[in-house]
Amino acid sequence: MVVNQGSGHWIIIITLLAAVMLSILPMPLWLQWGRPAIVAMVLIYWVISLPEHIGIGVAWAVGLLQDIVAGTPLGQNALALSVVAYLALILYQRLRMFTPVQQAFVVFVLIGLNQLLCHWIQTLTGTVSPNLLFLLPALISALLWPVLSVFLRLLRRNYYVN
Amino acid sequence: MYAGQRFEWFQQVNAKLSIVATPFYWVADMPSKISGWGESNIRSRETIIKDNERLSAETILLKAQVQKLASLEAENVRLRELLNSSAILDDSVLVAEIIGVSPDPLHHQIIVNKGEKDGLYVGQPVIDALGLMGQIIDVGAYQSRVLLITDPSHALPVQVNRNGLRSVAEGVGLYHQVILQHVAATTDIKIGDLLVSSGLGQRFPVGYPVATVTEVIIDPGQSFATVKASPSALLNRSRHVLLVFSHRREEIEDGRQSG
Repeated sequence: MVVNQGSGHWIIIITLLAAVMLSILPMPLWLQWGRPAIVAMVLIYWVISLPEHIGIGVAWAVGLLQDIVAGTPLGQNALALSVVAYLALILYQRLRMFTPVQQAFVVFVLIGLNQLLCHWIQTLTGTVSPNLLFLLPALISALLWPVLSVFLRLLRRNYYVN
Repeated sequence: MYAGQRFEWFQQVNAKLSIVATPFYWVADMPSKISGWGESNIRSRETIIKDNERLSAETILLKAQVQKLASLEAENVRLRELLNSSAILDDSVLVAEIIGVSPDPLHHQIIVNKGEKDGLYVGQPVIDALGLMGQIIDVGAYQSRVLLITDPSHALPVQVNRNGLRSVAEGVGLYHQVILQHVAATTDIKIGDLLVSSGLGQRFPVGYPVATVTEVIIDPGQSFATVKASPSALLNRSRHVLLVFSHRREEIEDGRQSG
């Protein structure tokens, strides 16, 4: 691949699109409740590393795309991801200083919030979860966070995304 | 979101937007496509011979059953004429492939690879080889969304095949279970009873198998019995589904009010 400095923004778009794709990938039944919120994770990573480029607007657009693809009420993920991106924007200076474990904890809270917002909106449209299993993705996402952030950092370094 | 629920035009916009989703599902479906290709192309000669034998045996069996069916169908039409009710027309079907499932475990929805181009419409019944699966709720240009009968928001009118008793089967969000609502405790319903669609909702055609009763709990303290049934269709295992184009039929108002 040709490495051209400073114009690696397509890698952000590709990772976000890949995340949306992964979010609809069929899962085995026993893993269904634990599907990591991969779109939110990728978004959080890019917000933390490039807060001057990636913000609430991108979050809104990606959320809308995810809504269209997953067939959820239009605006559900858009709203939830916007809130997550806003909080990440507030926290990014601190998050950069954190160790991976501390970051994972913040990611746990952010994605838990994401799940909670999505669930609230779904409750409005008549789908009520019988238990708190819908928060499981937050835990799994937090566990996967160190791996994902290392992977995305490698991508960012390799393609000079800035 | 409010608009999506309330306005007709917004739903149309939404259906148009679903074309954006098509490439995503196409890519997400690639792994299973590849493994399917591998399965059908990389096989030993013995397996193919064995399969061939099994299939021809099955064909003979099915042919024999069809012979019986033809006479039964004729008899059925005669009886219906006697009862002065409208005859069941033959339903034409279209085979579609499942290309995606809803990522949310609370929504029992699948995505099939047929859409507006193939003449699909909202409310169209979807079946598989063994029974009724669900109905179409969202038609895009190249793909459509199917609501399964086990979705918590789905209910369909059924009747017990044995005695014609009518009821409503509701999904509870489990793939192996539907429940019958408000069945009186004195009702004649037993474990193993086959539930078929009754056609009363005017959405599903009459007589497709829906579920088999697996559990009847009669609690003297409750006014209704709890009846659980397991769907006949392989809701989470099928790869191909059949879309039924049932011809508009008049409300069947014959003597099926037994039970």
